[in-house]
Amino acid sequence: MAPSFQDLPQDGVDDHDEDEIDFSDLQEAYNVHLEEGLDTFVVVDGLPVVPEESREKLTKFVGRKLTSVGRLKGEMFMPIDDSGKTQGFAFVEYESPDQAAAAIKQLHGVPLDKKHTMAVNKLTDIDRYGNADFDDEYHAPVLPDFAEKEHLRWWVGDGRDQLAMYRNDMVGVFWNEKEEGLENCVDREHWTEAFVQWSPLGTYLTSVHSQGVQLWGGPSWTRQMRFAHPGVNLVDFSPNENYLVTWSHRPLTVDENHPILSVEEDGKNYIIWDIATGKVLRSFVTIDLPGPPTDAEGNPVKKKIQWPAFKWSADDKYVARMTPAQSVSVYELPRMNLLDKQSIKIEGIIDFEWSPATPQRDSKKDYEQLFCFWTPELGSNPAKVGLMSIPSKEIVRTRNLFNVSDAKLHWQSDAKYVCVKVDRHSKSKKSLATNLEIFRVQEKGVPVEVVDAIKDTVINFAWEPHGDRFVLITAGEVPVGAAVPPKTSISFFCPEKVKPPAVGNFKLIKTIDKKNSNAIYWSPKGRFVVVATVHSNQSFDLDFWDLDFEGEKEEKDKDLTANLQLMATGDHYGVTDIEWDPSGRYVITSASVWKHQMENGYHLYDFKGELLREEPVEKIKQLLWRPRPTTMLSKDEQKKIRKNLREYSRVFDQEDEDRKNTANREVIERRRRALEEWLAWRRATEEDVREERSELGLEKLDINGVDGDDEAGGEYVEEIVEEIIDETEEVVT
Amino acid sequence: MRPILISGHERSLTQVKYNKDGDIIFSVSKDHVICAWFSANGERLGTYHGHQGALWSVDVDPTTTLLASGGADDTMRLWDVKTGKLLKTWEFHSSIKRVEFNEDGTRLLGVTEKRQGAVSSIVVYDITVDVDAKQPDEHSLRIVCQESKATVAGFSYLSKFIISGHEDGTVTQWSMKDGLEELGATVHENEPITDLQWSQDRTYFITSSKDKTAKLITAHDLEVLKTYPTDTPLNSACMTPKKDYVILGGGQAAADVTRTSARQGKFEARFFHKIFEEEIGRVRGHFGPLNYVAVHPHGTGYCSGGEDGYIRVHHFDKPYFDFTYEVEREQAAKI
Repeated sequence: MAPSFQDLPQDGVDDHDEDEIDFSDLQEAYNVHLEEGLDTFVVVDGLPVVPEESREKLTKFVGRKLTSVGRLKGEMFMPIDDSGKTQGFAFVEYESPDQAAAAIKQLHGVPLDKKHTMAVNKLTDIDRYGNADFDDEYHAPVLPDFAEKEHLRWWVGDGRDQLAMYRNDMVGVFWNEKEEGLENCVDREHWTEAFVQWSPLGTYLTSVHSQGVQLWGGPSWTRQMRFAHPGVNLVDFSPNENYLVTWSHRPLTVDENHPILSVEEDGKNYIIWDIATGKVLRSFVTIDLPGPPTDAEGNPVKKKIQWPAFKWSADDKYVARMTPAQSVSVYELPRMNLLDKQSIKIEGIIDFEWSPATPQRDSKKDYEQLFCFWTPELGSNPAKVGLMSIPSKEIVRTRNLFNVSDAKLHWQSDAKYVCVKVDRHSKSKKSLATNLEIFRVQEKGVPVEVVDAIKDTVINFAWEPHGDRFVLITAGEVPVGAAVPPKTSISFFCPEKVKPPAVGNFKLIKTIDKKNSNAIYWSPKGRFVVVATVHSNQSFDLDFWDLDFEGEKEEKDKDLTANLQLMATGDHYGVTDIEWDPSGRYVITSASVWKHQMENGYHLYDFKGELLREEPVEKIKQLLWRPRPTTMLSKDEQKKIRKNLREYSRVFDQEDEDRKNTANREVIERRRRALEEWLAWRRATEEDVREERSELGLEKLDINGVDGDDEAGGEYVEEIVEEIIDETEEVVT
Repeated sequence: MRPILISGHERSLTQVKYNKDGDIIFSVSKDHVICAWFSANGERLGTYHGHQGALWSVDVDPTTTLLASGGADDTMRLWDVKTGKLLKTWEFHSSIKRVEFNEDGTRLLGVTEKRQGAVSSIVVYDITVDVDAKQPDEHSLRIVCQESKATVAGFSYLSKFIISGHEDGTVTQWSMKDGLEELGATVHENEPITDLQWSQDRTYFITSSKDKTAKLITAHDLEVLKTYPTDTPLNSACMTPKKDYVILGGGQAAADVTRTSARQGKFEARFFHKIFEEEIGRVRGHFGPLNYVAVHPHGTGYCSGGEDGYIRVHHFDKPYFDFTYEVEREQAAKI
């Protein structure tokens, strides 16, 4: 099955005879109207009715308006009726169809005075809609019958997780089996043209084609929706899968007859869609990042785009985009109107980030969303980090910072903290150091804690999901021109033990020096973290850490809320991607052909770092776990399950056991059959050959010569090796 | 299993062969010389000089009396194994890619390369297994391969057929009586067949191909019995007597080798279970593709010749013979 965007097999089979089909409706709809030349004509209506003498004056007056958007060709024609008065309309011709179109766009509905409003239309439109064939009666649209859709969350009930694998031209979705590897669920050739992507809650699998984007789902993997965006390059979902953002590098060119896109979208790069209806909500052009268009040698600079440029609030209610150094535009969904009809001016803004969950602030009862932003030093003003509340646009907290080279914003997944990683330079601007400014969002007054005991620059930082701990990687200074990347250090931090529910100050647990690691992958359930080296040519370490090790705790760590332990170390040659499964039970590491050609394939580890499986996959491009939607159980229900875990797990253990047994039995059965078939074939063949031999008069000739003689009287090769070790000459007297 | 490493050739190996007793290994390489080695310790027994070009193929008759060889100097030659004397030279218009004796050594075939002005063909000579006998000048049978050039060929049991493997992945069965095509089958999709080796009784054979698979095929009706998929282009495949295994050798194409590390090139001999089609193990060592793997006729060892110019002779250890599948033990217990 090779579904391309346009000609997918819908229901049934298309094997009609072409002659039998009535094309007349299509012919009518797509008939080319030979009206070129009339496109430059415009009808101006709604003019005052004046006597003939005033016609010239009116012509001049209207002409001035009309020439403001384009140049007229010839005179305006304003007809006069029998009574000698104008009729309230006039005809003009512009020099080009573009100008005529511009006139319609800009002048239609423009008031002339209190009583008269100008109506500007294309002559061809008047022709088309004015004639008798045009049905001007309202017909209620026919609603299609309700068609039941497949359950989009069908896979959630299974205890196993799913994986999408894109390799060669095939895209497949697999069940991850603990013992037997991957069990195929669906596999299609040319399912996507560029890449695949899961929606954030795992409902849809996104395929990207040159004509647009398609979403797939349900147990039979049918197409759920498609979004026409020619030349689309990137796709982004809102966190709750209500909206979709598509972006193309090249601005869209939409012609009038496009079935989905309207002229509004012409020249735009971004389209924001409503996933449920498949309708365009609004479109935008790319805002280029500031910077010179050419570099020092005059070569055009390849501009990096910000992605995602449109950032979503945690509840899908707002989407915001930054105009670098100027402002943030917040749009309200689902109407996509600019909040309070204006952008929020934040002078110098470099980056902003929404809180990933709806924040719960102390003594704040109303609904709000927060975003964090930072601005650099401007003149004598210090750099600033701020938290803004939406929709009130109130600044909740700001903090001034000095000597800032760069800053990165890291929210904790529950919006409990936001850590601002500040790279600071010394006064001489020679050396860099990193500070962490941690805003405790949920505490009263949003206090800020500073962690500044870090000497080197921090190259990576990650919060524990739903936790209070974090890991960071620092890198030493790189000597200029060094071929080898600098050694890195990994540091683990956790809060001190205090009386709950308060959270103590952040303290360093441990630093591990002389590593090459550059990436941090927390288990989605917290506690476990993989620190790895990816995209490297020399080093491929994977370190599996446990932060709540159940063994003995060292004396010096007794005040900490963690007990750190390295569980296992792995090594995956050429690893490019690492991902935890949504349940936090497995880690999959893969080497994608997009990055290099060496040993493409994947490894599967359990959370303890034990290698379960390694499999080479030719030309593997992507390997993505299917995300799971958040649980619908209440806290109490979850607690109950955790309490009675043994009972629940027994069911699954039994299932695993059964599956394993059947699988083993099947394998053995298959082998037994293969062996029996083989022996039967051998017996038959040997019999045939014996018969043929006897027919030819050749007696049973043992052509094998294997049995017997070998064991009985094997040949012994005796080897005598003489080696001269030393030679001395002595004169005997 | 510690291999004996033989580095007697100056260029890459093209074929290695055990004699029927398994005590001698004959090897040919692109350096124009045929060598004979003791398989027990890898000591050189002798060389056969005379060829003027790279050698592609060698074979020895079942009594280890006559040695046949063919190469890029457009000749096929017959040698006295014992003395190294050249007994006979047949000249052609293109190189000889493969030589092979039939099961009693009375017939010898050669596969000629396709070239401008020369067609791909299989020629058969009737041989008298005696160093003093006069060997015929003229072939007794000549088969011209029109459709796709033959790369490998051999005699089936009782010399009933000649089976040839072709560049387009097909195998063809030719009648020995009249040289007419009896059967044809496409077994490897459009990729050249690189090797064809017989079972002990010559009722079935194994082919290897650049399409990364090896297949077990019957001689009588060219039915594919088993398929062994790998992740690398294959150059050679053989079947082990005693144990039901097959050994496959290959690796990244020779032309691409300089661009890949030994780790990448997959220069390993792979062992599969012949009946269950499951991979059992791999033997590393070569640092270039394996051009040929040959197994000791008694199934006690194997040797491989590599693009790296080395021959590695392996003698199997006890665990190799002890390893059995549960169902095999079951079967043995029944008997």
